[in-house]
Amino acid sequence: MWKLAPAGTGKELRAVFVETLQEIMKDNKKVVALEADLGGASGFTKIQKTNPDQFVQVGIAEANMVGIAAGMSMRGYIPYIHTFAPFATRRVLDQVFLEGAYAKNTINIYGSDPGVCVAANGGTHNSFEDIALMRSIPETLVVAPADEVQLAWTIRECAKLTGVHYIRANRKGNPTMYAEGSTFEFGKGNVIREGSDVLLVSMGEMLSKAYNAAEKLAACGISVEVVDMFTLKPFDAELIRSEAAGKKLVVTFENHNVIGGLGSCVAEVLADEGAGIPLKRIGANDVFGQVGTYDYLCQAFGLTEEHIIDTIKDALK
Amino acid sequence: MDKAELLKLKKGSAAIRIQTLKMLKWRRYGHLGGAMSIVELMSVLYNKHLNYDPKNPQWEDRDYVVLSKGHAGPAWYSTLALHGFFDPEMLYTLNEGGTKLPSHPDRTKTPGVDATTGSLGQGTSVAAGIGYAFRLNKSSQKVYLIVGDGELNEGQCWEAFQFIAHNKLNEVIVIIDNNKKQLDGTLEEIINPFDIAAKMEAFGFHTIRANGQDEEALSDAIDEAKAVKDSAVCIVMDTIKAQGVPYYYDRSDSHSPKFGPESDAAIDSVIAELQAFIDENGGM
Repeated sequence: MWKLAPAGTGKELRAVFVETLQEIMKDNKKVVALEADLGGASGFTKIQKTNPDQFVQVGIAEANMVGIAAGMSMRGYIPYIHTFAPFATRRVLDQVFLEGAYAKNTINIYGSDPGVCVAANGGTHNSFEDIALMRSIPETLVVAPADEVQLAWTIRECAKLTGVHYIRANRKGNPTMYAEGSTFEFGKGNVIREGSDVLLVSMGEMLSKAYNAAEKLAACGISVEVVDMFTLKPFDAELIRSEAAGKKLVVTFENHNVIGGLGSCVAEVLADEGAGIPLKRIGANDVFGQVGTYDYLCQAFGLTEEHIIDTIKDALK
Repeated sequence: MDKAELLKLKKGSAAIRIQTLKMLKWRRYGHLGGAMSIVELMSVLYNKHLNYDPKNPQWEDRDYVVLSKGHAGPAWYSTLALHGFFDPEMLYTLNEGGTKLPSHPDRTKTPGVDATTGSLGQGTSVAAGIGYAFRLNKSSQKVYLIVGDGELNEGQCWEAFQFIAHNKLNEVIVIIDNNKKQLDGTLEEIINPFDIAAKMEAFGFHTIRANGQDEEALSDAIDEAKAVKDSAVCIVMDTIKAQGVPYYYDRSDSHSPKFGPESDAAIDSVIAELQAFIDENGGM
């Protein structure tokens, strides 16, 4: 069961990742962390200090890291690998596909700084396509946690599962959404705000903006239901079907290309259902990323509360 | 090596070669060239060096084989069948819908296959991971990583070799099948690897050159590799593409040849010769 928390500035997610791994490593010596020379960026070098036998430095060789993780998984190890989201997905797609999913190995992948979280690292390090790539691989789990509570829960749960699990998360903190002790279910979205006119679906670092936009729209007389679809795969089609029913409009809001991401997931469900409800997909739209501050990039790609509000008002005119 | 043991290895090679040729000839297509060049190695591994239990392919303490040049799968399948992992009749299901013997090895399908390979280069990293796990477990198990010389075009091989060498991961015995040809031509024509053994030495490997047609030389090389304690190890195996089937030596399609009456006759003649060798030496 989950509960919402009062609004707050969340803890750095990379610190949460490291601390959660250190916690589960205490009870499970088979849990190992692999790095491709970004340990200073992810904080994984802290694991090297506390758990040297459970840390593997692979160097700047992401494809090799995926294969090594697969090989260790064959001997019962539970690998968590880290690199930036584009390198954890598009750079190593065949390795994740073949030695991970197809060969039935277990690899937990932390793709950090997805989409606009990339900020100063710029367009070369941007991933607006990682969800599309990872969800196209059979049997994967694709998760975009919204905050530190959901991320820590995700990391702990992944250690209990076999298969390829892609965890897409900021390195910096996201606004707090959930109360300590909240638990979730993979493949089940959470209705975090009730509403009757519009269904607004989001996840990850964008969720708080979706929630805030819904609150502001209430003052304009528009009632918006907000769903946290933190699991992109398996996708909670049933929740979309049931919550879209009777609404005037469905909106998706994501830090990803609308092609192949959350917007596509929702569009597929609505089309399969023949729901006939208008859908607006907000996100990067068939464009490359670029360099800038997080706030600048959010403005540049329309990832703002204001853009949600304007889009909904326009659509309901 | 005493004569009896050497004879056993040679008869083992003959049996694997016969079985693989029969299977490919029956199927009418397949990666003959690269399968033939690992036949002697397979015999030496499965008749002498590997720890395995065909009745319990998942035995925890077994040695692992990673055939990174996955297209040579048919030679491995013949070896596994001849060593009791499954009924040799299953070999005649190669590449059929629903088979347990796909063209490229799949660890979820075939008893005795430890790693899924076929996308070239990737087996090197998987073997590195298995070897690293052996190291963490303080196990004396080995993983035999078989890499094609053409496969060395793949950058991932060199990523894995760096990792294996840096960690002095002698749990992994790297064996490069230097048959000198790849699909589109000779190595020199496609991407010149220059001196492969010198390259491996420069990468930090204790490197052994061995005649890959000579079971005794291969076995000695593996003994030497197993004795190395303070370095990564590599055997560069000097082989011929389509080894043991001279009909293909000068043909450009030896990687994956078409089968016809002429090649059938050549293959039948090799099979007859090898069978006579086995029969003259007391059978299997």
